[in-house]
Amino acid sequence: MLVVEDLAVELGDRLLLKHIDLEIPPGETHILFGPNGSGKTSLLMTIMGYPQYKVVGGKITFKGVDITHAPIDERARLGIGMSFQRPPTIHGLKTRQMISLCAGGDQPDLEEMAERVNFAAFLDRDVNAGLSGGEIKRSELLQLMAQKPDLLLFDEPESGVDMENIALVGHTIAELLQKDGDLALPGARTIRQSRKARTKMGLIITHTGYILDYLEADKGYVLYDGVLSCGNNPREILHCVGQFGYEECVRCTLENN
Amino acid sequence: MHPREQLREKALAAVAKAAAIGEDIDLSQYRRTAPPQLPMAEADLCSLPQSDLDRLLMGGVDVKSHERGGTYIMKDTTVLHCSSKQEGVEVLPIRQALEHHPWIWDYYWKAVAVDADKYTASVELDLHDGYVIRALPGSKTIFPIQACLYMDQDKLQQNVHNIIIAEEGSELHIISGCVTSEHMRSGVHAGVSEFYVKKGAKLSFTMIHNWAEEMKVRPRSAAVIEEDGLFLSNYICMKPVRSLQMYPTATLAGPGAVARFYSIMVGTPITDIDAGSRVILNHPHCRAEIVSRAITNGGKIMARGHLVGNAPDIKAHLECRGLILGGGAMLAVPQLDGFVDGVEMSHEAAVGKIAQEEILYLQSRGLTEDEATATIVRGFLSVDIPGLPPQLQAEIDRAVQATNEESM
Repeated sequence: MLVVEDLAVELGDRLLLKHIDLEIPPGETHILFGPNGSGKTSLLMTIMGYPQYKVVGGKITFKGVDITHAPIDERARLGIGMSFQRPPTIHGLKTRQMISLCAGGDQPDLEEMAERVNFAAFLDRDVNAGLSGGEIKRSELLQLMAQKPDLLLFDEPESGVDMENIALVGHTIAELLQKDGDLALPGARTIRQSRKARTKMGLIITHTGYILDYLEADKGYVLYDGVLSCGNNPREILHCVGQFGYEECVRCTLENN
Repeated sequence: MHPREQLREKALAAVAKAAAIGEDIDLSQYRRTAPPQLPMAEADLCSLPQSDLDRLLMGGVDVKSHERGGTYIMKDTTVLHCSSKQEGVEVLPIRQALEHHPWIWDYYWKAVAVDADKYTASVELDLHDGYVIRALPGSKTIFPIQACLYMDQDKLQQNVHNIIIAEEGSELHIISGCVTSEHMRSGVHAGVSEFYVKKGAKLSFTMIHNWAEEMKVRPRSAAVIEEDGLFLSNYICMKPVRSLQMYPTATLAGPGAVARFYSIMVGTPITDIDAGSRVILNHPHCRAEIVSRAITNGGKIMARGHLVGNAPDIKAHLECRGLILGGGAMLAVPQLDGFVDGVEMSHEAAVGKIAQEEILYLQSRGLTEDEATATIVRGFLSVDIPGLPPQLQAEIDRAVQATNEESM
């Protein structure tokens, strides 16, 4: 379970996030909507533990451990992983080696794993060197497949991905979050049983909502100007934002406060 | 007058001539004699003390390996062993060549000037020995030839002259290690190397330096590459050295000739390194690449690079990257000179620190900060060198890896 309570975050001297409350129980995936610059990426980076995002109020607990000020690698080892929007290039480090590092002690079948996200051709390239936006997404997915975190943070996983690969990316994310169909196969287990068997947690930033075509998300939020609101059915939020824009969210937030 | 006497005269005139760059070493502080070594048969090399064998191995010289086509080992001032196992490749001490093989005079001091500075002059006036390695026309070596210049006597100035010839259409790979014994602290190594790559030939030369903390080193190297020839030079210096200055120069003397220099250097607090590579492109379709990676942990490293384009349709690139970790100075001086229309030359120089963003990215995958830093540094130093035999790439990787683990 991830619990974020009354979180306030500064970047530089600017207050980016205010009074954020968020709970993701095991097995649930939540969706984060919001206009550009509203603080969505900042929230994910804060949960991951990037030190430039300074927590000035509230706390973050994961699996019962207070991680509000824990270093990034400690959080990773505790089971938090993130798919970045613009990860850096690491010269001289092959993607193949990076995947092994992500896997820690295990030695997964790299080739087979890469094949699954259509990335085998890039294994001997330096990490993220000269990759297109869509290729970066697949590289990030591959790293998470090896890392096997329990809480997966996705920063716009579908943006820049071509039509051919979008389904691949969508299904892979669903699989990583145990939201793929296999778990709900009739006969083997009841849907309730398989729902209970899910342990993975997800928090996904999306603008387009394409990801909702591939997995059932449990909850959606709108982040507007550093304030989290809604907490509704994600499809409904998507529909509402599509129709009335984020302005409606402002109105909603104002009324709530 | 015999050519040797002419050279001697020129050398005598240059004995006090300081080098154009680098600290001026007072050579009178060093001895130029050492107890002579008795030559050893190949089988006996294995019986050298393990500590010596380990040192040789650090320079990439493995006397037990079957994957070497020939071996030359010089200890202090004399030759310990010299042999070739490969048909088509001659390996001989240069003193022997000067005495018995008149063809050597076509190469001796033809690429490097004897009166370039006091170090070249000293090498001529007090030549200890050195190797001549020659691949006969059309011969292709399967395994690299290994050479080691080993120094054991403290306060010694070792004077070495090497000549490497890849005859037409041949392919030759050499790994050359310069190593000091465990107890040695100070000394001077003056080494002249002249490379001749004939038409269509391919020569790779990988040099690994493992010096002692008070060593001063002055390599003086030049290469002449003919039409469609390829010269590939790799230089690795990861161990402490007091002072190193060199500026090897390759002249592309025929159309389509190619030269590529790769250097990997690490400077510890006592180190003063001034190392560059220069390629002079004199004919159309010549190509050159200079890549250097340097890390200073408190020392001073000057990384130079110089490309001279004298003909149209040449292409050359220079890449100099340096990291400062824990103090020190890192200076990058790239220079491009184009003298005609149609040259294409570029450079890329960067001096900096490890990007925090990269460390955090690796940490987010579960690595500690130290592991992340070491991984990035290892990546920074790992250079893929096209055309290098796998055994040599392995030697480079091993040298980089070993020192990296020690220093991190």
